[in-house]
Amino acid sequence: MNMPLQPTATIGATQRGGDRHAWKRARRKAAVQALLLALPLLVFLLATFIAPIASLLARSVQNPEVRGSMPQLTAALQTWDGGGVPGEPAFAALAQGLRQSAEGGQLGNLARRMNFYQPEFRSLLMKTARETRSQTPDAWKPALIEMDPRWGETETWRLLKRAATSPTPDYLLNAIDAQVSPDGSVTSVPADSAIYRAAFVRTVQISGTVTLLCLLLGYPVAYLLATLPPKQGNRLMLFVIVPFWTSLLVRTTAWYVLLQPGGVINTALLRFGLIHHPVPLIFNRTGVLIGMTHILLPYMILAIYSVMKGVSPVYVRAAQSLGAHPVTAFIRVYIPQTLPGVGAGCFLVFVLALGYYITPALLGGAGDEMISQLIASQTNEQLNWGLAGALSCYLVVFTALFYFVFNRLVGIDRLRFG
Amino acid sequence: MHATRSRIPHGAVLTAVTVLSVLASTAHAADTLSVVTFGGAYEAAAKQAWFEPFTAKTGIGFSTESYDGGLAKLSAMEQAKNPTWDLIDLETNDAITACDEGLLQKFDRKQLGNTSDFLAGSISDCAVSAMVWSTVYAYDTTKLKTPPTTINDFFDLQKYPGKRGMRKSPKVAMEWALIADGVAPKEVYKVLGTPAGVDRAFKKLDTIKSSIVWWDAGAQAPQLLADGAVVMTQAYNGRIDDATHKDGKPFKVVWDAQVYDYEWWGIPMGAKHAADAAKFIVSASTPQAYADLSKYIAYAPPRKDAIPLIDKSRLGDLPTAPANFKRPLQIDATFWADNADAISKRFQVWLTQ
Repeated sequence: MNMPLQPTATIGATQRGGDRHAWKRARRKAAVQALLLALPLLVFLLATFIAPIASLLARSVQNPEVRGSMPQLTAALQTWDGGGVPGEPAFAALAQGLRQSAEGGQLGNLARRMNFYQPEFRSLLMKTARETRSQTPDAWKPALIEMDPRWGETETWRLLKRAATSPTPDYLLNAIDAQVSPDGSVTSVPADSAIYRAAFVRTVQISGTVTLLCLLLGYPVAYLLATLPPKQGNRLMLFVIVPFWTSLLVRTTAWYVLLQPGGVINTALLRFGLIHHPVPLIFNRTGVLIGMTHILLPYMILAIYSVMKGVSPVYVRAAQSLGAHPVTAFIRVYIPQTLPGVGAGCFLVFVLALGYYITPALLGGAGDEMISQLIASQTNEQLNWGLAGALSCYLVVFTALFYFVFNRLVGIDRLRFG
Repeated sequence: MHATRSRIPHGAVLTAVTVLSVLASTAHAADTLSVVTFGGAYEAAAKQAWFEPFTAKTGIGFSTESYDGGLAKLSAMEQAKNPTWDLIDLETNDAITACDEGLLQKFDRKQLGNTSDFLAGSISDCAVSAMVWSTVYAYDTTKLKTPPTTINDFFDLQKYPGKRGMRKSPKVAMEWALIADGVAPKEVYKVLGTPAGVDRAFKKLDTIKSSIVWWDAGAQAPQLLADGAVVMTQAYNGRIDDATHKDGKPFKVVWDAQVYDYEWWGIPMGAKHAADAAKFIVSASTPQAYADLSKYIAYAPPRKDAIPLIDKSRLGDLPTAPANFKRPLQIDATFWADNADAISKRFQVWLTQ
């Protein structure tokens, strides 16, 4: 009985297998076509977005300055055990390296790098480079220690050795206010120069508060927009969309004009006798929160609105017809259906707020610096791109972390943004 | 697609491209110097005093761009080996650092001819001083009845209540705090070089911290004063002078403990029109050129021969006028190059405390 069936089954299987192969081939072809269509965009993103970001992030562990301009010293320091002061070869290599890098125009770069470790290391290197140019002593070690006693200190050489080691953990540690102390352990920097941990906490606090404010203000507006008849709803929608289209800088500057002590709001309040002295609304946290909430509100409204549009009114009606109070029906039946929109809105607003820069810079005071402002200052003013890269690394990691937390809580994968 | 492509001979396309690129490059080579400055009133004055006369004389035009100082962009251009700037306006510390780091070309001072009347230190290996500017404080004469006269008044909240504008940077703020605390200007950097001196400066700044409004860009200072957001503000003297003379604002400068510095012209390494840029620097550092700048903005010439060429009534507005130059302090760029990292960090912490 089995025997006649066997061939039939085999034939069927091969036929189906052939179909599947053809289908797979077609799928693959479609996938390749899709990839080819998207290829220009992918190449563009890779070249203009991902590669520069990756290279900036890579800077956070690279240490090219000393290795690049003083290879002999790097080699000499590798054999030094870190106790006392290294021997004559290291001193000779230092003198030679300084001379070469001064001629090659790399001395400033090197000096700046070392100054990140210790104030006045820059002038020590500059001075040493200047004075070694005119000298040719029999032994460099006594000559250099004579020139500046700092060359006789273990700490000076320890820092040079740290700078000659690549990859380095130092930038990543500095970005969370930590450093490697002389005994090799990781310690916190002194309280009077610790700024980054506090800045990260502050950034999360400000972003969290802005998200909450946007939710409180945006939810009712989205509800109104979603439940009004389309004609009125669309007209009201303009009030959300137009600010959304306006430049961030323009809106921030507009708030600057409105909020300042002699600005529209304070003048009006003073005129009506509601206050006697201008209320400080700008150059403090209040200004930052007002500005950022206003700028990010449309994201929240649009995200919630798009979900509310799809919520069928029949469930709330059903709940009410079964005896639920309108408030109960709203809370227990309506709100749960809008949660995906709330999740999407909160995530969008929170993540955008984490990287805010212009608004806190213009409307904030001394105690409101967000992490992006510190990254900008390291990039533009201190030229410490390693530290800027390290701070950016943490910001990227935090953003990814928040993505996973949000995803766990509300399931962002299932959401639609528009 | 294929049909259209084959109908046009490749040669024609190539020729067209070559012709276009040659046209484009000659249009570019019709010489425009790409200049970057601090912008605002200074750029406007430089345009009138230097750029336009230079164009009239040589036919070389200018395209200007503005920035807020710092070497980040110059450094990035150098790393990319594609400097788009031909001439850059620099603060002293940046001019020194940029020269050390090989971001600027060496400038042969022989091109300037006789330089004996230049003020000490106003020509470096890579850059030539463009003018002398000063950080001062200014107030609104309609708001304060008794005019403040010394730096101590800036730190005196009892006598002069109200907000003060200050640049969000430890530079000048630290120096002023020490001078107001009784340190003589010539001792300032010696004291500031010690941890105790830094503490002392912060302690003095603490006394007015609650009344400080911080600004970042130079243009914000006169704006804050005009808006009534502050009663007095730290500012660059030229900006205040511009607001008084051009906009008729009732501002007045207090010259006590002014912190002055040179401003520099440098030529980026690899600049495409380096020779023209050098030609411009030479033409902008004649006594007459310096005197012309002072006409349009209250910055002083860095060479003595320019002084007699300046209008008598104008001299009083300049930082180097004897009446204004009683207790000046030249900013120590080397000190800041060494200590900016460390002090900036403490400054940041202090700000958020």
